[in-house]
Amino acid sequence: MDDLFAARSQMALSLGFHIIYACIGMVMPFFMAVSHYRYLTSHQDVYKRLTKAWSKGVAIFFATGAVSGTMLSFELGLLWPKFMEHAGPIFGMPFSLEGTAFFIEAIALGFFLYGWGRFNPWFHWFTGVVVGLSGLASGILVVSANAWMNSPAGFDYVNGQYLNIDPIKAMFNDAWFSQALHMTLAAFAATGFAVAGLHALMILRKKNVVFHAKAFKIAAIFGAVAAILQPISGDISAKDVAQRQPAKLAAMEAHFHTEKAAPLVLGGLPDEDKKEVNYAIKIPGMLSFLAHGNFEQEVTGLDQIPEENHPPVLVTHIAFQIMVGLGMFLMLVSFLYLLALWKKKNWLYSTWLLRLFVMAIPLGFIAIEAGWTVTEVGRQPWILNGIMRTKDAVTPMPGIAYSFYLFAAIYVSLSLVVAYLLYRQIKAVPTLYDVTPAPEPAHATH
Amino acid sequence: MLYVVITFLCLGILLYFLLGGADFGAGIIELFTHRRNIRRTRTTMYHAIGPIWEANHMWLIIAIVILFVGFPRIYATMSVYLHIPLLLLLIGIIARGTAFVFRHYDAVVDEMQVVYNNIFVYSSFLTPLFLGIIAGSVVSGHIDVQADNFLDAYVFSWLHWFSVAVGFFTVALCGFLAAIYLIGEAEEEQDRRRFIEKAKILNLVAVICGALVFVSAQVEGVPLVNWLFGNAVSFTAIVAATLSLLLLWVLLGRGQSKVLRFLAGFQVTMILVAIGYAHFPNFLLLRGGDHLSLFEAQAPASTINALGWALVLGSVLILPALFYLFYSFQKKPLHDYEV
Repeated sequence: MDDLFAARSQMALSLGFHIIYACIGMVMPFFMAVSHYRYLTSHQDVYKRLTKAWSKGVAIFFATGAVSGTMLSFELGLLWPKFMEHAGPIFGMPFSLEGTAFFIEAIALGFFLYGWGRFNPWFHWFTGVVVGLSGLASGILVVSANAWMNSPAGFDYVNGQYLNIDPIKAMFNDAWFSQALHMTLAAFAATGFAVAGLHALMILRKKNVVFHAKAFKIAAIFGAVAAILQPISGDISAKDVAQRQPAKLAAMEAHFHTEKAAPLVLGGLPDEDKKEVNYAIKIPGMLSFLAHGNFEQEVTGLDQIPEENHPPVLVTHIAFQIMVGLGMFLMLVSFLYLLALWKKKNWLYSTWLLRLFVMAIPLGFIAIEAGWTVTEVGRQPWILNGIMRTKDAVTPMPGIAYSFYLFAAIYVSLSLVVAYLLYRQIKAVPTLYDVTPAPEPAHATH
Repeated sequence: MLYVVITFLCLGILLYFLLGGADFGAGIIELFTHRRNIRRTRTTMYHAIGPIWEANHMWLIIAIVILFVGFPRIYATMSVYLHIPLLLLLIGIIARGTAFVFRHYDAVVDEMQVVYNNIFVYSSFLTPLFLGIIAGSVVSGHIDVQADNFLDAYVFSWLHWFSVAVGFFTVALCGFLAAIYLIGEAEEEQDRRRFIEKAKILNLVAVICGALVFVSAQVEGVPLVNWLFGNAVSFTAIVAATLSLLLLWVLLGRGQSKVLRFLAGFQVTMILVAIGYAHFPNFLLLRGGDHLSLFEAQAPASTINALGWALVLGSVLILPALFYLFYSFQKKPLHDYEV
């Protein structure tokens, strides 16, 4: 394993894990706040117990997200010192604001977790909301820094020098909004479906049904709304990428040859040597429409981009197909669920709908990993699009492979422990959070 | 604005040493607590740091963000030549933080607790050790940007007697800070006595490690004596640290816990001031007398201005909330409430 590949793998691994912890840590506080709100307004004890049960999850994921985020702030330098030396002053603004947001989140979490019965109940509730809002702000700021790597702004690049730095312009680069929107919705959809799915599983097993049904409803509504909005944000992102990063779009679509009325390539296996896609379904003119809003318009293919600037097509294309496919599936389940809530009450808690949710537990996160692969691999060979190559940014220190193995071992064991802890938390619901035997709801067996 | 940024950088480092250091110290104390008392120590410790530990570790992030945004060359150089100890520091941070949370949020208390406890105490020891090694390496002048082989460039930049001595000195100081802090948190007399005992021992260890730092500085050719006694400010700070040390010994056992905490914090602050002032504005000393200075390695003015404003606005939001957090959980002990 050469050092560049090891460094890329380590970064991918670290971000790949962090993205999951961070998404859950930033979305779950909102579920918690809704449940807490219902407790404070309706005084149903089950909502208090649910809030507490969820807050344990938030604490576990916040801590894991915080330490893995701390690691990332060092890894940026440990792996990409040449990049950070130039990029730090330009795209540092969102990071310095993120430091504040993160700090506030940690303080608010201290208040929330240890504040039961200690403060005015609404102040206590508010601290929980602050956890969610500052987590959300952190997420948006970090994504804005990543957007800058896709869409460099706020400086002039003259003869290898980075001049006239404007950190504010860099933060509000062209890609920040579309990326932040897409990532935020993805976090809500993925976490909503994962949490709802876990509670659906418990309902199917007829354990503490009232408790889990309340939990399921809150998480499922969040997830469903986000999953339905997500394709709209995806469309904004696609048009944006078509404008700014034609090479990435071409790789996503395995679009080798520039053409008018370009077809949308569904599935298939791109052959990078022969520059063709096998076994794919092609919808004529659709790519032109999706990228530029016009069925006839020309879409730049990889043939117009110098060979040395081509991103890996196979990985980007497949990751993109996975993301879109899973996104569509989640949207479909969401429509079914909202329809059930609105018109078909007898579908709620029907076995088939709950089973769909159980199936969807990992899907949102797989879609997030795939989407993140698209944005990162699709930007290669650049670390800073069009300006600095990834291979020129890597640390001169040899032997990064060992560091990669070490990180792989740490992250895998950490994730195993987190999964184990959650399993034990969920198993402990009857003894810790829902002690009174719950009556079955009338419609639970439909 | 540069001075604002530098002030926040120094404040971040100082507060991380004091607050994060006391957190590490709590784990160090647990490591050296007899099995008989360990449960009680753990309870006191959890009540003391449970609500605030996450916030305590944010100072490191603040400091590192200031470095990479405001002083990118310093950050990049440290990242390259101190890669290995930074990596080990990170592993310590991740192991410790997760183990601390996991052991309290595991719904079942069983033999897994032993695993969490072991990870927690050993990483509480190793993390400040590497933090100290990094701090020592930054000023030792052993970082060799001209080195042409792996060992000189990436290993001997940090692995030498001076930085190792600073590492152990840091560990001892962290333990000492925690012991002093926990004296005020103990609910029963016997616990209080135990923490006073620990504070005395750890203070002695710190003094011995401090002496070793001087010896190793001689061995490695680090002009430590000159730094600490060669200018009025550092000299005064060292004298103040020594006086507060003596006063602390006199007051230990009868003084108010708040006074003791102040004195311990003051002592560590003075040590950092003494060594920091001696180099200011140089931050990273390289082999052959070269150095990276906060005045020369800084980012362009537009970045420093934006960073300065971000820090000022951030602290307006953070500091009141942080004080209220500390205040709220000082006021009444945790176990009166449901968690």
